[in-house]
Amino acid sequence: MAKVGLFIPCYVDQFFPRVGLATLRVLRGLGLEVEYPRDQTCCGQPMFNTGCSQEARPLAERFVRLFSGYEAVVAPSASCVAMVKLQYPGLVGDTPEVRALASRTFDLSEYLVDVVKVTRVDGEFRKKVGLHRSCHGIRELRESRSSERMDAPFDKTRQLVSQLRGIELVELERADECCGFGGTFAVTEEAVSCMMGRDRIADHVRAGAEVIAGYDMSCLMHLDGLARRDGTKLPIVHVAEMLEKARLSR
Amino acid sequence: MIHHHPEKARLFVLDDERAHWHDKALWFVRVKRDRAAATVPEWEGLRTAAEGIKVHTLSRLAEYLEEFERKATANGIQVHWARDGEEHNRIVHGILEKRGVQRMVKSKSMLTEECHLNPYLEARGIEVVDTDLGERIVQLAGEPPSHIVMPAIHRKKEEIGELFHEKLGTPRGLSDPTLLTERARAHLREKFLKAEAGLTGVNFAIAETGGFVVVTNEGNADMGTTLPPVHIASMGIEKVIPRLADLGIFLRLLARSATGQPVSSYTTHFHSPLPGGELHLVIVDNGRSEMLSEAHRRKALCCIRCGACLNTCPVYRRSGGYSYSYLIPGPIGSVLGPHRDLAGHASLPFASSLCGSCTDVCPVKVDLHHQLLALRQEAGEEKLLPFGKRMGMKMASFAMARPALFRAGGKFARWILRVAPGLARVGPGAVWLRGRELPEPPTETFADLYDREMATRPEVKS
Amino acid sequence: MSAREAILSALRASGAAPVAAPAHPAPVQQGDPVARFLESVKGVGGHPYRVADDAALVAAVAALPVWSAPRRASLVPGIDGTVDLEAVDDPHALADLDVAAIPGEVAVAENGAVWVKGESLGPHRAVFVIPEHLVLVVRAADVVNDMQAAYGRITLPRPGYGLFISGPSKTADIEQSLVIGAHGARSCAVFVVG
Repeated sequence: MAKVGLFIPCYVDQFFPRVGLATLRVLRGLGLEVEYPRDQTCCGQPMFNTGCSQEARPLAERFVRLFSGYEAVVAPSASCVAMVKLQYPGLVGDTPEVRALASRTFDLSEYLVDVVKVTRVDGEFRKKVGLHRSCHGIRELRESRSSERMDAPFDKTRQLVSQLRGIELVELERADECCGFGGTFAVTEEAVSCMMGRDRIADHVRAGAEVIAGYDMSCLMHLDGLARRDGTKLPIVHVAEMLEKARLSR
Repeated sequence: MIHHHPEKARLFVLDDERAHWHDKALWFVRVKRDRAAATVPEWEGLRTAAEGIKVHTLSRLAEYLEEFERKATANGIQVHWARDGEEHNRIVHGILEKRGVQRMVKSKSMLTEECHLNPYLEARGIEVVDTDLGERIVQLAGEPPSHIVMPAIHRKKEEIGELFHEKLGTPRGLSDPTLLTERARAHLREKFLKAEAGLTGVNFAIAETGGFVVVTNEGNADMGTTLPPVHIASMGIEKVIPRLADLGIFLRLLARSATGQPVSSYTTHFHSPLPGGELHLVIVDNGRSEMLSEAHRRKALCCIRCGACLNTCPVYRRSGGYSYSYLIPGPIGSVLGPHRDLAGHASLPFASSLCGSCTDVCPVKVDLHHQLLALRQEAGEEKLLPFGKRMGMKMASFAMARPALFRAGGKFARWILRVAPGLARVGPGAVWLRGRELPEPPTETFADLYDREMATRPEVKS
Repeated sequence: MSAREAILSALRASGAAPVAAPAHPAPVQQGDPVARFLESVKGVGGHPYRVADDAALVAAVAALPVWSAPRRASLVPGIDGTVDLEAVDDPHALADLDVAAIPGEVAVAENGAVWVKGESLGPHRAVFVIPEHLVLVVRAADVVNDMQAAYGRITLPRPGYGLFISGPSKTADIEQSLVIGAHGARSCAVFVVG
């Protein structure tokens, strides 16, 4: 069995396939054996977050069967990974199999920093970048210290991308305020969702960002949708795409 | 009910200038909280201890309440028990009626809002004056509080000036906060001096010592309890803590979390009536014992009513207290309301992007956003979700369980978006498209790119 | 069944498994408590003063502009007022009190708070909240680092009364603008002696 099972969220597969490709290349560039289980579809998060556990459960059970054999499961999405790690034991059952899978499923940034132990990133990204830290990444996966907490600061994504030559990470006024996507929240609470997203964009623009980078395409898709509608030039990029051409080493 | 919050929030957001003003005002309080918390190196340790003390207390609540009652009684405090809001109001009224009280002053108590005490007493001929400035403002305006700590945060100073001009005779156009507060001071001083009874809430009741603590910045609880001979304090059963020393933990967290101050101006420890006076304490259940009996509801009873979760919530900041169907808004209200009555407050668990900021600011570490997610599952089970949403999720789940269907469906959706994007304007697509563009639909999926990649670069680079 | 019995039996039946109480984290000592206390008093809108001894205290209080107002009450030995609180029957009569001087038992460096025990207030509790201005007096040796330490030192007799006072009365209920002097004292001078 290959070492790494590549978990590509449903909407990434369909709408942002380049992000999946970048993730694949980053992992293979480290010498890892990566496999993409063809029959994967969805982790069940949209149903679960809507309160439809009944509908989410069969998808979660499928996922567990599909991915159980890998040493690690890696996705370019903190929110999908959080679903597997934090919600699957309650949803599917707190069995050794589920717990094992949960402990071996990672978002790309945390996998690179915590498991592969990447310390050096040799590449370039000559842009002023606003780093959008999505909520699942910060407050579920604890990939960086949330601004609310008073622990010692850390930021796994920043640790990686800050090494890219020519990059300038801009300082936002609200370092980790939610973008307002929130899954079906984006539709059921459309007014607040859009106001939240526009406020994020305005923060990035004021800070001088030329590009918004993040590790969750769901957030970026929402921000990009708003920016393009409002005529604001602020392209989105996933962290995997920033690291795609870089050489990563321990 | 499921549409209540979104509909009200939409109206709030429509007034863009005002919505941003409200958002900034509350964000400012969050920033002050951060600065204050950063001055305490033990902050996260204090949160853990506070959570632990509350969880421990709730696991032995009957014991601690009995100890508290025994010692409070020995201190000369008259302890009463009320099963619900109605009983609470009857007890309070009974105490006042027996003493012929016609004028009472009241300091902030969300419990008395929950019990609807003011209208109950007013209907029986007793004047009730709310003395916290924010509470007095909304009382004069005939509105409920929009925030549990800053009741009038939704009102601009010009509006308060207009209100004071109408009700208190201040000059038209006066909006300076210092001058308005000065007028309120004089107006409320009269009320304090004429009051025949004072009613307060309880921040903490201490089992070990048989007393309770009331915390204010204005001194209104103190003006209201050092002048009239009768003091009635209303508390929920969950307010008791085991020992005096535990206050050392809670008081280091409370004001910093609520307003960013290191401590409130007055932290008064009531352990006896005024000489020659009476001190009554009404212990209220009103659904709390029921919450305690359900393990997944219990944690929310740890809440110390600091309001930090409201200030940090990006949704509350942009929708305001009146968008919430429960008397307490924001994250904690969106948990407490549905715990009491899920159908009646069905929109609240969904009035959240589940960002988790509330959980990280809560001084007692209530896992608010996980509680909201759990309430969504309950709402799903009780069939409170709209038919369209349930059907949509059933269809999505059906398709997602079948890879061929998923791939076909995805291909079709992308094709439609490319050739006839107008057709996307149905259901959720239409809502999305109100304010946002949809992503550009690619011609290939990741699976296609994967196949090509593995074919052209079969060897792993090292 | 009485409400009391109904509630207590509902709670006993709640099925919450007993959970042990946690240990309290040890507070971090942050610098010289007196210096920090004086800074904190300023931070909460009070006016801090340090004097060497009781003689200096008396002189310094007498020099305060608020102390030149006509109706002054003092509960601090050595400082004289013009109003004899013992001779006042009804606290309502203190409504026109200009200033009161009150001794504190413990002072808290992290937040500028002063613990005033019930007995220090004399016959009328209202004396700390009804006057326009407040003067608090504490000993330097009684300044502690934090609230946890304070609760190890305060006296709270039962039955009894006591409170922490931190700076003057204040509110920010109108558009978050901080206004000093809501219902209680408009100013709070805090003297640390020694």
